[in-house]
Amino acid sequence: MSTTTKNEVASHELKATPMDPSVQAARDEKIQVAMIGLCGCWGCTLSFLDMDENLLVLLEKVNITRSSLTDIKRIPHRCAIGFVEGGVANEENIETLEHFRENCDVLISVGACAVWGGVPAMRNDVSLEDCLKEAYIASPTAVPQAKLTIPYHEDIPRITTKVYPCHEVVKMDYFIPGCPPDGATIFKVLDDLVNGREFDLPASMNRYD
Amino acid sequence: MSRKLVIDPVTKVEGHGKVTVHLDDNNRVVDAKLHVVEFRGFEKFVQGHPFWEAPMLLQRICGICFVSHHLCGAKALDDMVGVGLGSGIEILPTAEKVRRLGHYAQQLQSHSTAYFYCVVPEMLFGMDAPPEQRNILGLVEADPELVKRVVALRKWGQEVIKTVFGKRMHGINSVPGGVNKNISTTERDRLLNGEDGLLSIDKVIKYAQDGLNIFHEFHEKNRKEVDSFAEVPALNMSLVDDDGNVDYYHGKMRIIDKDKTIVAEMDYHDYLDHFSEATEEWSYMKFPFLKDLGREAGSVRVGPLARVNVTKAYSASTPLAKAALERFHDYTKGKANDMTLHTNWARAIEILHSAELIKELLKDPDLQKDQLVMSPPEGAWTGEGVGVVEAPRGTLLHHYRACEEGNITFANLVVATTQNNTVMNRTVRSVAEDYLGGKAEITEGMMNAIEVGIRAYDPCLSCATHAMGQMPLVVSVFDSEGVLVDERVR
Repeated sequence: MSTTTKNEVASHELKATPMDPSVQAARDEKIQVAMIGLCGCWGCTLSFLDMDENLLVLLEKVNITRSSLTDIKRIPHRCAIGFVEGGVANEENIETLEHFRENCDVLISVGACAVWGGVPAMRNDVSLEDCLKEAYIASPTAVPQAKLTIPYHEDIPRITTKVYPCHEVVKMDYFIPGCPPDGATIFKVLDDLVNGREFDLPASMNRYD
Repeated sequence: MSRKLVIDPVTKVEGHGKVTVHLDDNNRVVDAKLHVVEFRGFEKFVQGHPFWEAPMLLQRICGICFVSHHLCGAKALDDMVGVGLGSGIEILPTAEKVRRLGHYAQQLQSHSTAYFYCVVPEMLFGMDAPPEQRNILGLVEADPELVKRVVALRKWGQEVIKTVFGKRMHGINSVPGGVNKNISTTERDRLLNGEDGLLSIDKVIKYAQDGLNIFHEFHEKNRKEVDSFAEVPALNMSLVDDDGNVDYYHGKMRIIDKDKTIVAEMDYHDYLDHFSEATEEWSYMKFPFLKDLGREAGSVRVGPLARVNVTKAYSASTPLAKAALERFHDYTKGKANDMTLHTNWARAIEILHSAELIKELLKDPDLQKDQLVMSPPEGAWTGEGVGVVEAPRGTLLHHYRACEEGNITFANLVVATTQNNTVMNRTVRSVAEDYLGGKAEITEGMMNAIEVGIRAYDPCLSCATHAMGQMPLVVSVFDSEGVLVDERVR
């Protein structure tokens, strides 16, 4: 989500083929959900698919707007629920998470990386500089005699010095632990919320790995 | 007026990517780039951890091909403790076959997710269909019965993985020298025969064949568009067995050209003698290439299209996939196929191939034997290991060293999506020129064509951001009097 300069046009701002109005109207009546993966492995998003046939049950009541599973690049209107996978590791993650906080009533940290930083937060024990040097300077496959380069460019976000859990950046409303939480757990949380029940994750569904 | 067009983020892929296209005053494409925009630094922070943790930590690189990372790590650890295919002391047949079962299942599951959830909606609705429609939600509205079959197919693949690794994602079974558990007859029969809510293997194979037919029908109706979309030249790399056929779990690395002539072949332990990786300032993902050929000529394609190009034939024990591959090979009359969208054809063939391989393997009585771990002989510890597999997206390599106390001192990972970096950037450029070049008005659907080209590689930008750094996906076209600028660094 780099800053738009005057001659820069984002694909999602261009004219798109419109949806059939009756199909769109049916979607608009449902509960609106947005999803995002920040710094993680995308596993919690795939664990969402692991609810299997319950996905079809959920989609009777829910419309998914922005998500890596759709081509909707920004949250188009107010959403009831924001599903957030991954922690915060660069400036783009911060902007995206703030965009979700501004546009969602309820934000859920899904999985270890969102809840406490997860495996990517292991880099908090070493300096960012050492991580970058290991990857780009000390690499055994570096091209001999080539100028050594650490990526830095207007089109790629700057990396934060530490990896943060989501709730250290914005207020998060609910937390689902696990690496990943399984599909049944994700379904229970979403099914409870869309049916007007309280968030209630029993200890029996907690996962530590 | 010159313009910069941006796709941010690239969607229906895993991980974070961005595309930039620069158009000059005459709307000509000056530059187009795929940027990978994240960095995680696994190679550094895994250091100091006990060597046996590597397959558990490093599978967290990716939530869709975790089995590949887990097994690649396990194979590297086999080397390190002094057993396994690299050392000439083979691990026990049960261990290798249990690992293969998990690996084939992950290919079925990963390919099914990419193909049915991301690619098929675009085939059915068109790449310029409404962005709200060309996805799984649109598929639910148009053909809920198809979605039920897709969900069931993916579920079955995940249940095989759970049977092997204990959970559907980031489970543990492989350990240095073998595996922790075998497959019981009860588990085997459940997967073969199915149960309430779980497909039988024969249904899985049928759904896989039906999935391939979706591509055949689409191709029949749209032959010209499909064939002419981003035909980009590249060498093709795959692991092969002694007969020159793909082996997803093990083999030597073979690289072929357009005429299918072998241009390089190597034991994967020697990868550092053959590959270098360039870095550009505009992406966290590196650009690997064959040292002997240089960056322009020596970049390789990996993944489904590369594998079906390299492999000569599938075994008669997987007859449906064998016939499907022959049809694929006949289409380009024995030459390597460079048509980007045929990657989806290859992916559908590999779903079928995986399903048939699993059926064959599940009937092997070695899966029930209880000798699971090969103990290394005295003094066999080498302190260094290289593991390789054909992950769903292509050739994946892990390389570790550990000190005598067993703590990791070095880790290097060369992942499939990184291998594809150059060819993906060529694809982005090709599609940008064909769909955007010379056009005064550019629509969202035209920009999506670029993403369709990227999605054919099913890139895992999460994978590509471990050690090779972040993988921002940006395509840039610069304003420079229409002069084509390749490999431009800013």
